[in-house]
Amino acid sequence: MRWHKLILVALKSIARNKMRSLLTMLGIIIGVASVITMVALGEGSQADIEGQVASLGTNLLMVRPGSVSSGGVSGGAGSRPSLTMDDVARLEKYATQLRWVSAEIRASGQVIAGSNNWSTTIKGVAPNYLSIRNYEMENGSFFTARESKMRAKVAVLGKTVADELFPDQDPVGARLRIRNVPFKVIGVMAEKGQSAMGNDQDDIIFAPDNTVLYRLSNGKTIHDISASAISSETMDAAKEELTALLRSEHRLAATAEDDFVIRDQTEIVAIATRVTGTLTLLLSSIAGVSLLVGGIGIMNIMLVSVTERTREIGIRLAVGARPLDVLAQFLIEAAILSLLGGLIGILSGLSAAWGVGKLLGVSAVVNPTVVLITVLFTGAVGVFFGFYPARKAANLNPIDALRYE
Amino acid sequence: MSAAQIRLSHICKFFSLGEVEVRALDDLSLEIDRGEFVAIMGSSGSGKSTMMNILGCLDTPTSGGYHFDGIAVETLNRRQLADLRNTKIGFVFQGFNLLPRTTALENVGLPLLYDRHRAVADPQARSIEALQRVGLGDRLDHEPNQLSGGQQQRVAIARALVTDPPIILADEPTGNLDSHTTLEVMALFQELNREGLTLVVVTHETEVAEYAGRLIELRDGMLLRDEVNPQPRDAQADLLELQTEKSDALA
Ligand SMILES: Nc1ncnc2c1ncn2[C@@H]1O[C@H](COP(=O)(O)OP(=O)(O)O)[C@@H](O)[C@H]1O
Ligand SMILES: [Mg+2]
Repeated sequence: MRWHKLILVALKSIARNKMRSLLTMLGIIIGVASVITMVALGEGSQADIEGQVASLGTNLLMVRPGSVSSGGVSGGAGSRPSLTMDDVARLEKYATQLRWVSAEIRASGQVIAGSNNWSTTIKGVAPNYLSIRNYEMENGSFFTARESKMRAKVAVLGKTVADELFPDQDPVGARLRIRNVPFKVIGVMAEKGQSAMGNDQDDIIFAPDNTVLYRLSNGKTIHDISASAISSETMDAAKEELTALLRSEHRLAATAEDDFVIRDQTEIVAIATRVTGTLTLLLSSIAGVSLLVGGIGIMNIMLVSVTERTREIGIRLAVGARPLDVLAQFLIEAAILSLLGGLIGILSGLSAAWGVGKLLGVSAVVNPTVVLITVLFTGAVGVFFGFYPARKAANLNPIDALRYE
Repeated sequence: MSAAQIRLSHICKFFSLGEVEVRALDDLSLEIDRGEFVAIMGSSGSGKSTMMNILGCLDTPTSGGYHFDGIAVETLNRRQLADLRNTKIGFVFQGFNLLPRTTALENVGLPLLYDRHRAVADPQARSIEALQRVGLGDRLDHEPNQLSGGQQQRVAIARALVTDPPIILADEPTGNLDSHTTLEVMALFQELNREGLTLVVVTHETEVAEYAGRLIELRDGMLLRDEVNPQPRDAQADLLELQTEKSDALA
């Protein structure tokens, strides 16, 4: 029997039993599609989080008020306002391992511009905050050291705030009121999008640290200190220096615990990696299970299909097909079905990954190796479970195959 | 070694159904020469189909020897048996055994699909020719469920003819046919026989057996009768007679 004829026979048989072919392929389609979707989303969110962590800032160190325990009773993180502008001043003055230092003071409130109003977070930061956090401006400029010192009433808007308050007007140069204090808009930040946790990072207003501290806050408490180490290699030295300087500023006894917490990028990366690692593992096991279920589906249909066609095999054997001809026919049929199902599975998996990614705001990263392995695996399952019963039938006496019920 | 095309010596075929053993063929010995037209008769269950399946190399006997063209069939492997069935034997099954959802043309062409030696240059033309010979030249694209029982039987005969085998084994080929079509099939068989083909035809109708040159009767898997029919009827002549009768009746 000639090969092109075998392929033709297989194609005819597939076309002749459309429903059965579809059912056989369904297992492959679902298996391949789910694996590709899951892996694409898993790898996509991993890449997203890595990108976001990298964009947090260069060699970033973050200082927060720490828990203070007195008499064994912990007050919890931030239970005492342990950070002040004096800390920032001291760091700026004495630190040798830090390139930039900025306080962060947060306030929230109603912002009014003309007839529009919007409730948002106002963050007071130093002029060098842009460099610490790798932020970019879209329009206008960030405030200067002088404006910070003068407690100038200037504001830089996040994209969301700018769009809400000034839907059809360039905000730069416009005026607005934050909790009834008049401000002048001097710039708009470039869009940042959602954070890994799903927060809108553009729903924010930046203003000079002293402005926020004295005009919108209590004039004392600052929430965080962000600092940039000189290089990634000197992160540990920078951390040590930071600790020493803050301890001396806080006049802590040698035996006392730190009343602040320093976190650096590596920790944040570690947490993020742990989260995505768990996520990927979860998604992969779901994908694995669906591939298994798909495989069992293929197996069932192939077994039923070959059993149901034992008579056909008998007829072919009776008119002179060699056992190998029958095997080749089923092998080619299973391979064509698997390939076709794999192809449809890849396409639907890609579109599902893309669609779900869009829905959840996660990017989908397609790994060609995973696609290949999945298709090969499902193909092998299909061929194996078609081959096995076909071999059994091909080895029957023709008359037994014909009599099979 | 004689020139016999088929030689069965002490063939037994037993089926065990639990405790009971059915002796479908019981020490059957038989020779059929090239160019013979043999009718096999016998009541239902006498072992006719069992014998045909062994003759057609579709089944193997429990014991005994079978020589086809001087070759001991039991020495052939599965591949060689397949080639023997493909090139040397045309088999017509009692229950047609056509592929469902497959056109008459494709069904008839099926043996040529496995024609490894490419003995047939144009399988398509050969299949059409075979269908025309059984009077189904206008039913090429019909599937079995679109054909009557008699038409399906004739497709099965065309499939047996298509590889031009030296012997045709037919298990009750006229069982589903009316008297007119039966005569047509017998005329075709006689014509093929005159061309040199060996024919072994199972039938339970005595009238049909009268067209054969030799009559074998089985009972309980054993040979009951084996005699030569000195004057076989001529199916072509009977067919003409039937046609004139019909036109007379009409006139
Ligand atoms: N596959 C089988 N299993 C069990 N018994 C069988 C089988 N095939 C045939 N027989 C038995 O063998 C005997 C002969 O059957 P068969 O050759 O089909 O008879 P015929 O064709 O003359 O009517 C019957 O008694 C039948 O029941
Ligand atoms: Mg029978």
